Amino acid sequence: MDEQTAVAEPFDVAVEQDPAEDLVEADDLIEEVSIDGMCGVY
Amino acid sequence: MTVKSERLVDLFEHGLDAPICLTWELTYACNLSCTHCLSSSGRRDPRELSTAEAKAVIDELEAMQVFYVNIGGGEPTVRPDFWELLDYATAHHVGVKFSTNGVRITPQFARRLAANDYVDVQISLDGATAEVNDAVRGHGSYDTALRALAHLADAGMKNFKLSVVCTRHNIPQLDAFREIADRYGAQLRLTRLRPSGRGADVWDELHPLPGQQRELYDWLVAHGETVLTGDSFFHLSAFGGALPGLNLCGAGRVVCLIDPVGDVYACPFAIHDEFLAGNVRDEGGFAEVWRHSELFLGLREPQQGGACTSCSFYDTCKGGCMAAKFFTGLPLDGPDPECVQSHGESLLADRRDIPKPSGDHSHRTTASRPVPVTISPSRPPVSPCDESPLAGAPVR
Amino acid sequence: MPTASVFDLDRAWDLHPQVSVRPEPFGALLYHFGTRRLSFLKDRGLLSVVQALATAPTARAACRAVGVGEDDMLRYTRALAVLARSHMLTERHPDP
Repeated sequence: MDEQTAVAEPFDVAVEQDPAEDLVEADDLIEEVSIDGMCGVY
Repeated sequence: MTVKSERLVDLFEHGLDAPICLTWELTYACNLSCTHCLSSSGRRDPRELSTAEAKAVIDELEAMQVFYVNIGGGEPTVRPDFWELLDYATAHHVGVKFSTNGVRITPQFARRLAANDYVDVQISLDGATAEVNDAVRGHGSYDTALRALAHLADAGMKNFKLSVVCTRHNIPQLDAFREIADRYGAQLRLTRLRPSGRGADVWDELHPLPGQQRELYDWLVAHGETVLTGDSFFHLSAFGGALPGLNLCGAGRVVCLIDPVGDVYACPFAIHDEFLAGNVRDEGGFAEVWRHSELFLGLREPQQGGACTSCSFYDTCKGGCMAAKFFTGLPLDGPDPECVQSHGESLLADRRDIPKPSGDHSHRTTASRPVPVTISPSRPPVSPCDESPLAGAPVR
Repeated sequence: MPTASVFDLDRAWDLHPQVSVRPEPFGALLYHFGTRRLSFLKDRGLLSVVQALATAPTARAACRAVGVGEDDMLRYTRALAVLARSHMLTERHPDP
């Protein structure tokens, strides 16, 4: 089932650690997303 | 000890007590007649919510802690109470993004927007050139949009968005869109064309070709989080990896639409009786509709994969967009019409019975056909009972 | 600026004043009105910690107050670091 988690995870989390950029962080306890990240809103 | 994390898509499938974000169309009135308009807008509906009713909706959203409302239409800025409602929302803990063609965004209007930290603005543009844009949005609309962008930039507005509906004709212009956005300090947003509203009439000519979907996907991956998508391309995750966003159909689960007359639909791309959950004017208001409508409770049941269950990509694409399937006459428990694995193709060849939108607020004067008129040379017969002294006299 | 690998449990932390917390059955939604970012807390225990921060002298004390076990401290610290990075949490007394 790790594959499922991997597919759902946003890419590039591990690469950049630049605090100035808003990165999507995925974690087993937290998931972050832009308010624009929901389908059904034009 | 390893902890298995639950995916959000699994947590949300059963819905939440309140939407996270929703679209609110304030009016069906619009100065434009875009050929693909998802809400078939143009003419104002006389049953529009009043200012007081709109404020009551905002009060409900505040109580439910709906964080963010996407205000659209039609063209929301043509409502005389636009500012009143905007200020009321942001003063009541409801963040606002409004979507506009830019017609009212004068320098003064832009300065007023820039002064409110809780307002986001989104300018619509569907071509990086006037030629491509105006073919869809109408003559002069490109200039209007760019003027609005300039006024926002000059006013010091932050984080405004340039939002594009991707079509066959503008996918070759993605770099040019990026350039326009960068020029004005806007954030580019690319979204999916759905066959909704008037979109059904132009879908066959406008929807991206299969090769263009791949091109779009690769471009989005290359641009990462610098380009927004409104999560509208989760069906493209089957190309090999999810794009940023929740990657799930939020309709009736985490998002919905409130339309200008208070009707609540599962999503703005599904304005049809089939997806009508209730009305905010009903007993219990919006909260009652969100929490207890039969439609939404049904959507929050675990969805069956149907014909898609055997596909290895079903887990991320989830069968794609409900509205895209509905308005192309495809079964909802099957592939998306633009399924990247081409599972939709044979069904599209067979499909008929394309549902019409339930309402049409389009302007009546667009694309009029000539009305045949005959002018008869002969006078109508005079009745023997005619009392008029002019009966039978030649008409000037 | 704290990074994901360094979160000081022994300092006082607060929710950013522009953050709204909405408890949910699965945990909570946090929305930052300034950054327009959403955080989904997928654990009610983590929500308890976040809610306890305001009245605790340190983040470690908040964890202890709501009964976070030693086994869970690492993942909770990592989660708090994520929240700090996205400005959902701010230090009560930042270094001058």
